[in-house]
Formats: sequence, C-alpha cells, structure tokens
Amino acid sequence: MLENIDLSLVNWSRAQFALTAMFHWLFVPLTLGLSFIIAFMETIYVKTGDPEWKRITKFWMKLFGINFAIGVATGIILEFEFGTNWSNYSWFVGDIFGAPLAIEGIMAFFMESTFIAVMFFGWGKVSKKFHLTATWLTAAGANLSALWILVANAWMQNPVGMKFNPETARNEMENFWDVFLSPTAVTKFLHTTTSGYVLASLFVVGISSWFLIKKRHILFAKRSIVIAAIFGLVSSVMLVATGDGSARDVAKTQPMKFAAMESLYEGQTQAPLIAIGLFGKQHDDPMNRDSDQEFLVKIEIPNMLSYLAFLEVDAFVPGIKDLVLGNEQHNIMSYKEKIKRGYEAQQTLKAFKESKGFDEAEYERLKAKFDDKEWVENYFKYFGYGNYYDPNPEQLELNAFKIVPPISLSFYAFHIMVILGGHFMLLFMVLLWLVYAKKLESNKLVLYTALWTIPLAYIASQAGWIVAEVGRQPWVIQDLMPTMTAVSKIDTSSVMITFWLFTITFVALAIAEVKIMVKQIKNGPKEGGHN
Amino acid sequence: MFGELSHLALQQYWWIIVSLLGALLVFLMFVQGGQTLIYTIGKTSMERTMLVNTLGRKWEFTFTTLVTFGGAFFASFPLFYSTSFGGAYWVWMLILFAFVIQAIAYEFRSRPNNVFGPRTYETFLLINGLLGTILIGTAVATFFTGSAFTVNEMNQSQWELSSHGLEAALNLHNLSLGLAVFFLARVLGLLYFMNSINHDDIFTRAKKHLIYNGIPFLVFFLTFIIWLFVRDGFAVNPNTQEVYLEPYKYFKNMVEMPIVLILFLLGVVGVLLGLGASILRSDCTKGIWAAGGGTVLTVFSLLLIAGFNNTSFYPSSYDLQSSLTIQNASSSHFTLTAMSYVSLLVPFVFAYIWYVWKAINNKPIDEDEMKSEDLHVY
Repeated sequence: MLENIDLSLVNWSRAQFALTAMFHWLFVPLTLGLSFIIAFMETIYVKTGDPEWKRITKFWMKLFGINFAIGVATGIILEFEFGTNWSNYSWFVGDIFGAPLAIEGIMAFFMESTFIAVMFFGWGKVSKKFHLTATWLTAAGANLSALWILVANAWMQNPVGMKFNPETARNEMENFWDVFLSPTAVTKFLHTTTSGYVLASLFVVGISSWFLIKKRHILFAKRSIVIAAIFGLVSSVMLVATGDGSARDVAKTQPMKFAAMESLYEGQTQAPLIAIGLFGKQHDDPMNRDSDQEFLVKIEIPNMLSYLAFLEVDAFVPGIKDLVLGNEQHNIMSYKEKIKRGYEAQQTLKAFKESKGFDEAEYERLKAKFDDKEWVENYFKYFGYGNYYDPNPEQLELNAFKIVPPISLSFYAFHIMVILGGHFMLLFMVLLWLVYAKKLESNKLVLYTALWTIPLAYIASQAGWIVAEVGRQPWVIQDLMPTMTAVSKIDTSSVMITFWLFTITFVALAIAEVKIMVKQIKNGPKEGGHN
Repeated sequence: MFGELSHLALQQYWWIIVSLLGALLVFLMFVQGGQTLIYTIGKTSMERTMLVNTLGRKWEFTFTTLVTFGGAFFASFPLFYSTSFGGAYWVWMLILFAFVIQAIAYEFRSRPNNVFGPRTYETFLLINGLLGTILIGTAVATFFTGSAFTVNEMNQSQWELSSHGLEAALNLHNLSLGLAVFFLARVLGLLYFMNSINHDDIFTRAKKHLIYNGIPFLVFFLTFIIWLFVRDGFAVNPNTQEVYLEPYKYFKNMVEMPIVLILFLLGVVGVLLGLGASILRSDCTKGIWAAGGGTVLTVFSLLLIAGFNNTSFYPSSYDLQSSLTIQNASSSHFTLTAMSYVSLLVPFVFAYIWYVWKAINNKPIDEDEMKSEDLHVY
C-alpha cells in the first residue's frame, strides 16, 4: 500500500507548509507580546501624562507596525495552503477546523485590523482614552487570533468532540466546548502565547540594552527594560507552568512524541529526565526492533521523566519500542495491532460505500458500526494506522516503525527550548535585580548577554513548534490521518515551483524587514522614521 | 435558536453570509483599484503619498475581509474549499502572491533603508491591484461557468486539467467578469480618492478618469450579465439531487426570486447613480457611498442566484454529478449552528468598523497631515 504513495509530493507539500509556518512564526510571537508591552507603556503615559512615555510607546509601536505587516502577509498563506496543498485534509476535518478559522476572522482579525488603524492614525484625532482602548483592543485581537488557530491545531494533536460520519466520510463536530476547552487546547494556547510574551520582552530588553551600551536614550532604555523584564519574568513563570502541563498532556495523548522528545527507546519506571544530551552513533535507519541510540554526553535527573509525565516517580514511561511492538505487562497495544484495526475500519468504510444503492441490509449494518461506541473506540480510533497495512507480517512491522517521528530533531528541539527557557528566566531576574541595585548601566556583560539573547529567543520559539509538529509525524490528525493521505492531488513540480517562489519571496522580505528594523532602531526614539 | 432550524435553512443562512462577505470584498477592492491609479492620479511625490496613505488606512479591511471570506467558506462549505483550492492551485496561488506582496508594501514603502526602493513597493501595489481584482473576478465567475473536477464517493476531489485553474482566467465569459471587477475597483478607487483627499488637482484628475474607467466597466459588466442570463445554468433536481443543464437558469433564478431581482436592480442603480453624480455634479464627494452600496447589493444578488433556487454554486463542467451545491458541500448541522451563534457578532463588528472609519476619516487627508510628526505616515 505504501508503495502507491507519491512521497515526493507529500514531502514537498510538507516542506512548503513548514517553510511558511516557520517564517510566519518569526513575526507572530513579537506581535503577541509587543502589543501588550505597548499597551502597558501607553497606559502609563495616559496615567502620568509624561511625554517621555509617549515617546517610548511610539518607538516600540513603530517596530510593532513593521513586524505586524509581515506577520499578516505570511498568515494568509497558511490559510490558503490548507486548501491548496492539503485538500483531502480540508474536507476530512473542515467541519471542525474551519469553524475556529471563521470565528477567528469574525472575532479577532477585524478587531485587530480596525483598532490598529486607530493606534497608528488616531493620535490627535481621537481622545487619549479612546486611543489607549484601541491599543488594548489591538493586543486583545492579536491574542484572540492566536487562540482560535491554536484551538484548531490542538484538535489536530488530540482530536476530541467529534464523530465520524461515514456518509460524508469526514469528522463532524459533536461538542464545541470539548473542542474549545480540551486540556490540549488550553495548555497549547497558554504556552504558545506566553512564549510570545517572553520573546517580545527579550526583544525589548535586548534593544534597550544596546542603547545603554551605546549610552544613548538612557531614560528611555531603562524604562523599557523595567516594563519588559517584569512582563518577561511573569510570563516566564507562566511559560514554565504551562510547559509542564503541556508535557503531561503530550505524555497522555501523544506518548510517541513524548518518547521521541527524550529519545527513549525502551520504556522504564522511575525514568530519568535527560537534562543535557548529545547523540553519538545512531542505529535507527531504517528503524527496527534492534534500533538504539548512543549518547556521547548525557546528564540525567533521576526519576524526573516519570514524575514530569505522570506526577509519580514510579510511573512507567513507555519507550518507542513499547509503543511500536506493544507491551502486555503495561497494557500497551502495539502499532502492529493498531494498523490491523485501522485497516479493518478503512475496509468497513469502503464496503459501506460500495454497498450503497446495491445492498440495503449490508449498508445499514455497516452504517450501524460507526454508531457503535465500542467499535469506534476499538477500531475506528486507529483509522489512520490502516494506511500502513501490509499482509506480510515482516513488512507490517517495518511499516509500524515508519510511524515513529524523527527522533534527533524532536530531542534536540525539545532540549534547546527547555534550556533556553531557563536562561531567559534567569536573565529577567538578573536585569531586574541590577535595575533595583542601580548597577545596570555599568554591567556590560549582562547588557551584551541581553542583546545576544534576542536571536536565542527566536531559536527557542521555533524549536517549540518543531517539537509540536515534527514530534507528531506522520500524523496530520493524530491517529486518524497521516500526511500522505491529506495531500492535494497536484503535480509535485507545481509544489516545487511554489516552494521556491515562497523561499525567494521570504528571503527578500526578511532582508527588507531586518534592514528596515535595524535602521529604525539605530534612529532611536527621538528621530522620525520617514524619509 | 439556530439549533431548531433545518439543515437546509442553516445552509441557506450561511450562503447568505458568505455572499455578503463576498459582496463586501468586491466593494472594499476600491483599495486595489486605487492602487492601480497611483501614478495616473498622483503627479507629484506628495500627491502620490496622499493617495498611498488614504488607501493605506483601509487596505487591512479588504485583506481581513478576504481572509474572513475564505475562513467562512472553509467552515461552512468545506467541500468547496478543498475542491477549488486544491484543484485550481495556480489561480489561488497567484491571488495569494498578489496579496502577500501587498501586505508589506504600505508599511515598507517609505521606510528608510527598505532595500528595494519605494518604486518596488509601489509596483507590488500595482500587481496586487491588477491580479487581485481580475483573478478573483474570474474565480467567482466559475460559480456560473463551471470547472473541470471530479469528486469521489469519499468526497475527495481531483482537478482534471493540468493547468490547475489557469484555464478559468482564459475563459472569455470569466474574463468579462474579471475585467468588470477590475474597472469597477478603479471606479470605486477614484470615488474614494474624491471622498477622502482634500486636494483640487487630485479631485479634478479623479473625476476625469471616472469616465475612462466607467465606460469599460459598463461594457464588461453588461457583457457578463447578458451572457449569464442567456446561457445554460447548472440546475439541481431537488428530489434526486441530480444536476443538469437548464436554459436561461440564472435569468430564471432572478425572476423566480423577485427580492433578489429588486436587490440587483437597486444595486445597479446605486452604482450608476454614484458614478453619474460624481461625473456630472461639480462638487460631489459622496459618490463612493452610492456606488459602494450598489456594488454590495449587485454582487450579493449575483451570488444568491449562484447558490439558491436549486442551483449548483460550484458546478463541474467535467462531471455534472460532481457539482457542488449548498447541500452537498456544507458543514454539519451542528457546526453551522455553532457558527451561526458567532455570526450574531457580525453587526457589532460592522458597528465598530463604522465608528472607527468615521473617527479616522472625519477630516479628509491633506498635505499638512502628511507632514505631521505625530501620525504614522506610509
């Protein structure tokens, strides 16, 4: 079965989507966080009437505007690509996925785009209070936009609140609140938005530190650092808490992703957490039951992984092989068995479609299966695994190992994210302490560290999405739809052309954006921004 | 409230909302039309700056309406989204590129160190105005002329032509709508300039160009409408759901739905009134509202005859029975109900957009404002 799939089309489509999503995510987190930082600053301006706060607000607002435009430009691409490149997916989940997208448009995008106009063009035209309200509403709109798309993404990671309708061959929503308030959605939203707040705070403290290094705009820089470092520290605490919740959710709903994040081949109780690890020789290409991973360097925290996943040090954390081959002792069904059950579900759907109009009794009998909760829970639940079916047991096992995500990418992305997250929190604390002790300007080491932490913030942010998206491969909808069946039936060459067109466009846009941004920063808050 | 409605009623409700969003989008494309006239109307750098800025304060409405139109279509009629976007790949990709380059053009155009120079960003605006209007017009025309796709029993779709949507842009009937939308957008753009900029030369030039763009608009619009009313349409048998070709189907839809016909006629009158008054009267600056309102009504009524009265709104010219109707392409009853509650927010959205528009456009743009230190200037 697998040999009939055009993997080059799937891979180019994935590459195009990954390129767009990652490029989009370079700009979104700054928008999410900076909108609030600006709102804090303008609030202080309105409360105190101090024109220096207005100057501070307007400087960051200018950078916000440059960044916002490119975020909007790349956001629309993702919306289009759901249809253009993943049309089967669009149908299979459109009944659920489309709703958050439409709500996002109606509720959030209009709010954002309307009030951002007041934010930029309303100075002097509307009252101070109305302007401030518009700034807050822009921040709210930006974050609401993130909410709905993250709800949709969370549903793809952990599909809930729906029922499969064999007549239409798609999943249909049964409970809106289950979709909206699933623990995966809640933690994903909180973790992702707070990561944006941390990134934006680092952006502000980094640039402000540069002004202090250059001994320019001292008051502006110090005030900006105080606001951003407080916001950053509070957000970092939330980031750790929601990250912890997110990890537990992954352990429960996506155990394979969890195992890949830790490169855990063999499951164990009292599993240690790898704090720092560097891979040595890999024995997993193609992955099989003898695969393993050697480490050159490994620093572990005893029992921590078990505790992180299940809040119990004695808990069993399943490894990659436990999941693929099964583990009777811990009641883990093998991927091989899931493939067989998924195949049966797919065959049932096929037979159901074939019986339509020919054999009414058979049609009704098969239809009833999709209403039978036990059958749905034991067979349909593994629907997507059926694509990996092969009658030959040996090939079936090899296919089962193909449902394992890229281990090293998941592992490194996860650890880079966590280690950098710790660094960020520490940096905010140090900055605030130095401000309190009035030693900030003289501490060049910290100021340079803050400046060079800006790119690290972007790396951590991208790494987070790599964990989330690469870690769940090959699923586009966890357990129900692999990427290979989600893709649009178009020529690979068409996707290759658009991939390179996007690449060229993005490189050009990124160069322009960075150059403009750097120039605006060098101009500083006092000088105007226009020719 | 909505939960008690039948599935068909909800499907019709969402077709109305999608049609309304589409109609608003065409009106808001005055931004695109205006973008193609920056060098025609603006003869000095300051004049061009004023033109860019007055459009720049509105471009996001158009962009957001496009995104919401797409999102609402995805949510309410996902089979259309998967079939059209996944099949007519190239036409959607071209539309997409046209809007991506627009989104950064305003913000980057006048920034120091913008690498490519203001001319490049102005060219981006021109491309967006040209391709965005014509291609969206031709894509919408396929609602009446059909496309070459099939949909299997699993509702998976496949495009049957390797040109993947480009063929739609070469169909003359589609093209007549594409060009009508293009010239209409330019007319609306000119009317918007007359309304929002306080500058004598710009006003005079815009007025002059209203005739140059108004005439081709009328020619292409009438071509499209007459052709539409005499061609066979894609009718659906309400009992068997079988799709078949019916002579004069779209004309019959107008006649059989008199409210839609009245909306259509009111719309056409509104556009003509806005255009005519702005050309004939010496100081008319409000033409945008009559022409804009007329545009919304006209497009709205055209989209209603595409989907209502037992008609396939996205017909397949390759395999009639693969054609999409508001019944076979829609979301489930539950999803449409949930989204219908959200749609109750739409009037509030309109209200605050209206309020903010008034607050920002209270005083027309002038040269002094462009020199202001306090405002964000593109």
